[in-house]
Amino acid sequence: MNWLYDFTYLTQSIHESLSRNFEQGTVVLIEMILVGLAFMILFALLGLVLVYAERKVSAFFQQRLGPMRVGKWGTAQTLADVIKLLMKEPLINKNADKFLFNLAPYIIMITAFMTMAALPFAKGLQALDFDIGLLYISAVSSLGVVGILLAGWSSDNKYSLIGALRSGAQVISYELSVGLSLLTIVILTGSLQLSVIVESQANGWWIFKGHIPAVIAFIIFLIASTAETNRGPFDLAEAESELTAGFHTEYSGMKFAFFFLAEFANMFIVSALGATVFLGGWMPFHIGGWEVFNNIMDYIPPIFWFFGKVSFIIFLMMWFRWTFPRLRIDQLLTLEWKYLLPINLMNILVMAFLVLMGWYF
Amino acid sequence: MGASAIIFYTFAAIMIVFSFLAVTSQKILRAAVYLLFALGGTAGIYFMVNYFFLAAVQLTVYAGGIVVLIIFSILLTSHIEEKMQKADAWKIILTAIVGLGGVVLSLFVITNHVFIPQANTGVEANMTTIGEKLLGYGAGGYVLPFEVISVLLLAAMIGAIVVAKRNKPEGNG
Repeated sequence: MNWLYDFTYLTQSIHESLSRNFEQGTVVLIEMILVGLAFMILFALLGLVLVYAERKVSAFFQQRLGPMRVGKWGTAQTLADVIKLLMKEPLINKNADKFLFNLAPYIIMITAFMTMAALPFAKGLQALDFDIGLLYISAVSSLGVVGILLAGWSSDNKYSLIGALRSGAQVISYELSVGLSLLTIVILTGSLQLSVIVESQANGWWIFKGHIPAVIAFIIFLIASTAETNRGPFDLAEAESELTAGFHTEYSGMKFAFFFLAEFANMFIVSALGATVFLGGWMPFHIGGWEVFNNIMDYIPPIFWFFGKVSFIIFLMMWFRWTFPRLRIDQLLTLEWKYLLPINLMNILVMAFLVLMGWYF
Repeated sequence: MGASAIIFYTFAAIMIVFSFLAVTSQKILRAAVYLLFALGGTAGIYFMVNYFFLAAVQLTVYAGGIVVLIIFSILLTSHIEEKMQKADAWKIILTAIVGLGGVVLSLFVITNHVFIPQANTGVEANMTTIGEKLLGYGAGGYVLPFEVISVLLLAAMIGAIVVAKRNKPEGNG
């Protein structure tokens, strides 16, 4: 069971057994394909699990049962939905720009994949470990909006276009707050490398060690990342009561499923990012100095800690969605530019002062 | 041909093909998307040579910033059925000659330059080094240009707001 605690052995042994049988260039190619396959499987599993979870959570908040008929407790419902989506006819508007219309879902999916590649899932289980980790993630995730804009414009539908423009304004504004709230913690860690950020939380998570500024940053991160992933109460881009379905009104079948899947994947990505930066990633719950307590906590493998924290943040985001009513576009922009951004900038100053004086654990 | 050579030629082909498409496409939004791919290919090359910081900056500033801005302005101003006029023949020929001249000049310089293999790999450009250089005020620090550019950007931003902001129409209460 040693591999469950440290994936370095597993990845090393795979690498060594491949190196014995192939030459170096081929090994790199095979490993690329293996990592790609692993991420695709993770993507599909995430889609299945998160869609089911969303429906059950929403049912819980609305005092319903949710899907119950397909499989025990409705567990096979998403699988049935996938089969339905696969068999649907892909429709395209007559005047739509076909090339861009078909390209848009792939751009969103590719950016989700590229972002996910840099996340540390457990000790030694990280595909890309740059020293610019956080910068890379914010750089790549800023490309996702291109897919939404293209989808809205190329559909040749006024609802789609309005949805795309709204979502563009929203994502570009809230990206700032996500970046700045992460930067608040970077002041503490002194590094952008995600593995270093996780290691620096070995004697306590940053949300506890960083006092009030870290808590404020975490709350801002939760709000801003919910908005950045276009989820309720910030789902103005799809606002079904006014815009039909926003930027993906004209999509059907698998291409619609791609947008749907990418939304859930993005939710997972921002939750994983929040868990990594604020809640210690795969690091078990440690308190500096309490050796016995820390050793007991180490018995739970890191990968369970990681997915546990991620599920906690995902549950929070679903809770938001099914509790708050949707904001208007001007309220949305006011919230970002007049409240979150100034608070965030002040918060960074306070945090820098704290770090300068050494007033943190 | 090793794996890195294959990846390099893939990126190079992506950049050349999409840069060419970006200037020849008649649909303006498609041209912007081709430009995005060309810039993404450049970022890929930076990643390949392990210059991660510049690659991420390339993605944030050019692909995520400028191209999104271009696409946004196209969305606000143009319609899906619009096509750009085809340029006159003499314009196409003239720009082709200028472009080819640039290619020939670059190739001439690159092939004639004698590259001296260096024993040391130079300074490793990690985030700490870049940050300390950028905000350093000692020898080899860049804090003065950094601040001057910040002031310039701030001035440009205020200028843009002043130009864009209209006075409220009078008499409407």
